[in-house]
Amino acid sequence: MASSNSPCAACKFLRRKCQPECAFAPYFPPDQPQKFANVHRIFGASNVTKLLNDLHPHQREDAVNSLAYEAEMRLRDPVYGCVGVISLLQHQLRQLQVDLYCAKSELSRYQNLSINTNHAFVGSESGAVGYQHQQNNNSSSAGVGIRDNSNYYQHHHHHHHHQFFPQQQMVRSFDGGSNYDASLLAMNISASLGQLNQLPAGGGDDRRTVNNPS
Amino acid sequence: MASSSYSNSPCAACKFLRRKCMPDCIFAPYFPPEEPQKFANVHKIFGASNVSKLLNEVQPHQREDAVNSLAYEAEARIKDPVYGCVGAISVLQRQVIRLQKELDATNADLIRYTCNEMTTLQDGRRIGEASSTFSHQSPSAYYYPSPWNNDPCAGDAGFHRGGGNHM
Repeated sequence: MASSNSPCAACKFLRRKCQPECAFAPYFPPDQPQKFANVHRIFGASNVTKLLNDLHPHQREDAVNSLAYEAEMRLRDPVYGCVGVISLLQHQLRQLQVDLYCAKSELSRYQNLSINTNHAFVGSESGAVGYQHQQNNNSSSAGVGIRDNSNYYQHHHHHHHHQFFPQQQMVRSFDGGSNYDASLLAMNISASLGQLNQLPAGGGDDRRTVNNPS
Repeated sequence: MASSSYSNSPCAACKFLRRKCMPDCIFAPYFPPEEPQKFANVHKIFGASNVSKLLNEVQPHQREDAVNSLAYEAEARIKDPVYGCVGAISVLQRQVIRLQKELDATNADLIRYTCNEMTTLQDGRRIGEASSTFSHQSPSAYYYPSPWNNDPCAGDAGFHRGGGNHM
């Protein structure tokens, strides 16, 4: 909280007296000098003033914080700024959707097997043996659904020039909330169906488990 | 692509700024005269001198991408003056977190099924070892802690609770 004694970070930076009615003071406390420095460098003080003046007072804090975030991202990545983050997140999201689809497919296979196994036990013993064997074969692909995205963006950041700019439609449909989820998921599931058929039986992914038990 | 309009037609920036478009104009390759809105947006949000400084700080081969990302951000900020393109980031983050949780849960179910069938795999590994999760979404370098993410760190991030609203 800015007291009347200490100038806000903006006025400190601009080397001017911090008036009681200073427009920056509520949002640029003196203990966060970097926040204003970043915003000033990317947007400029007068642009920020104009932007804030066009907003209701209750919106200004969020506006300043998002500007500060944008400024920081732009300073870290002068070429892509926040847009690089969006691109990265979209990529991550697509990958998660594919992984989830794979995992759920595997899971439903197991669930079907276990339902069938229960039925087999109710039936004859020889039937159960047959199912057991089948489960062992299928378990070799159990690793498909388990993915690790932790290093994904570290390797892929900045390497997607051709699809760098997020599709306008995808970004603008965010207001739809659940509609966005459903349509994007549907789009990706149908796109993934073709890819699933081409997943190698044992290659590439070192988390893939196993050769088939002999 | 670089614009070839040098001596005949001023670029969109020089048209907007009402000045002569010199042959070495830094804006000309990226603000063709047939896209006046692009420069108008960028000028409104960032200002011509800031854009010029930003361009001078990146390599020439990166300037086109830099201008286009600035234009995208400027347009997003004009459409949403409160959050700009950060709104989209928040939405995406939420969705990533949600999907990751769902994936973790599905993987946990898969582990239960496979562990019930066998204790270890042929090469001695257990499936569960390989799965790393984002069960705790630790803030990464770009994470935007908005209140919509139910982020326990939202109140602690340096920028979020700057100063109260004294207005």
